[in-house]
Amino acid sequence: MATLELRNVNKTYGNGQADTLKNIELAIDSGEFLILVGPSGCGKSTLMNCIAGLEDISGGAILVDGQDISGMSPKDRDIAMVFQSYALYPTMSVRENIAFGLKIRKLPQAEIDAEVARVAKLLQIEHLLERKPAQMSGGQQQRVAMGRALARRPKIYLFDEPLSNLDAKLRVEMRTEIKLMHQRLKTTTVYVTHDQIEAMTLGDKVAVMKDGIIQQFGTPREIYNDPANLFVAGFMGSPPMNFIPLRLQRREGRLFGLLDSADGHCELPLGEVEEGLEGREVILGVRPEQVLVGAGSGALPGIRAEVQVLEPTGPDTLAFVEINQAKVCVRLAPDAAPRAGDSLELQFAPDKVLLFDAQSGERLGALGKARSPERLARVAQLKGR
Amino acid sequence: MPKQPSFSLARLAIYATLILACAVYLVPLVVMLLTSFKTPDDIRTGNLLSIPDVFTLIGWVKAWDSIGGFFWNSVKITVPAVLISTLLGALNGYVLSMWRFRGSQLFFGLLLFGCFLPFQVVLLPASFTLGQFGLANTTGGLVLVHVVYGLAFTTLFFRNFYVSIPNALVSAARLDGAGFFTIFGRILLPMSIPTIMVCLIWQFTQIWNDFLFGVVFASGDSQPITVALNNLVNTSTGAKEYNVDMAAAMIAGLPTLLVYVFAGKYFLRGLTAGAVKG
Repeated sequence: MATLELRNVNKTYGNGQADTLKNIELAIDSGEFLILVGPSGCGKSTLMNCIAGLEDISGGAILVDGQDISGMSPKDRDIAMVFQSYALYPTMSVRENIAFGLKIRKLPQAEIDAEVARVAKLLQIEHLLERKPAQMSGGQQQRVAMGRALARRPKIYLFDEPLSNLDAKLRVEMRTEIKLMHQRLKTTTVYVTHDQIEAMTLGDKVAVMKDGIIQQFGTPREIYNDPANLFVAGFMGSPPMNFIPLRLQRREGRLFGLLDSADGHCELPLGEVEEGLEGREVILGVRPEQVLVGAGSGALPGIRAEVQVLEPTGPDTLAFVEINQAKVCVRLAPDAAPRAGDSLELQFAPDKVLLFDAQSGERLGALGKARSPERLARVAQLKGR
Repeated sequence: MPKQPSFSLARLAIYATLILACAVYLVPLVVMLLTSFKTPDDIRTGNLLSIPDVFTLIGWVKAWDSIGGFFWNSVKITVPAVLISTLLGALNGYVLSMWRFRGSQLFFGLLLFGCFLPFQVVLLPASFTLGQFGLANTTGGLVLVHVVYGLAFTTLFFRNFYVSIPNALVSAARLDGAGFFTIFGRILLPMSIPTIMVCLIWQFTQIWNDFLFGVVFASGDSQPITVALNNLVNTSTGAKEYNVDMAAAMIAGLPTLLVYVFAGKYFLRGLTAGAVKG
């Protein structure tokens, strides 16, 4: 149980290379589950290694319970880590693997035995205790790796893409189990993943990273509904958010976005938007499930478009149409699905769509929604970099 | 794959070739063994491949009498040199793969030169150094020379094995609180059995069979068996006792032969370890 705070953490390998981590600034409360998510090479694993003490930081501070640990060696930080490759000691049995850290800390044998028994029961690996890592399946090795981390009851758990070596079915199972375990143990956890579904499902807080910079830090809900920029909007969500290039037109003091398809066109009222937007290149972002189809209310503007491809996924059917020369994905209920070649009446709820600057990728003034001062400050912080 | 017929001309050709190759390699050994069990008279009258009239151990007893002491010299040189060079090589490999430092790649590259260095090149500097240390003509000096010369190879073996081991293993151990030597001794060394066997076999063969260092850096009673064997075979006084020569050669060669027989399977396994991920 501990709070974790990163203050202006920087990491550079020197010799003229770009910085690996730039001004990382975030804080989580005791017991919270933090997700670091981003594409490969974004610095998320480096950041995790810095927290663990496996790599030194070049600047800033890492605080656990208010105490700066950035100068400490890994063994003094009271942090346990689960590795992507599990990193089980191959010559030791499961029991020895779990007990290794306790033995090195010179705990009495009785305590070690009790702790191994507790962890084994918690993870249901009691029947595996005498096996060697090579004699177990990937899922079992994964459990043992978690058991080794749990055994020391550390202040903070670190998970480095722990599920990426498992097959799809097991991955979903273990995801639920990790969440269940966290709900039960309430230990502060940092979890690195490149999988946005893991990020959405597991996290109390999510930090989306790219090029060593935190693009956005917030709850999964905020990240999903209120992305700070094009990158975050496109990274979170599957299928990803549709991005439609938009021309803007001002008429009678109001701003409209022009949408065109082969079958028709429409003018999307955008309400009051930031000044000076006119004539700029803007991108409209709308999630596949936010495109309304057919029945819609007459109050919303609509556009007809031909379905080019259908992808039934089971629970949903994805229909692809073309608007403003961009491919747009629409999520439909399977029994309401049209056929390829059919024409659909599509509607966009103006309060759901997002606008982004095409050049910088930054989010533009929310449509009709006032921005919270807090959010503005965060954007300002991002822009300042 | 379609089932191969159990007999075909191609298969016959393959086996014939293999048997021929075996014979080519084995005939010298057979000749040596047969000769070593013959009496000198038998050798003069019979041909190379004839079976001895009477099997006798005279040759072996005589051979042991003249070179047995040197056999123990070789043991005293080889065993410490093999163990020390293997252990140091493992430690070097561990540092060069898991605890990289600035310039460690260059360091490793330079160390590799040791593998290509001919023996003759180091004779004079080595002899000078041994003299300075007061180790000239001692068993200890010969051990030192072999350890230094073998380090390049053993380091190469261990470093290449450890490079194939994920670094996360060391990271995990560090988070568990293990230090430099604990990680080495408790985690990496137990994994290295095949590589250790490769080093032991390689170094044992090199050092036991070494002649040049032995003849240069040892004298008189401290000479290794290879030098003693040479002296025995090259004596020009009296009649040539081929049975004694052959028996002595067998005695000199036996330890390496046994090492291969007993540890050979590790040798292949160790040499290919890390080549294929599995």
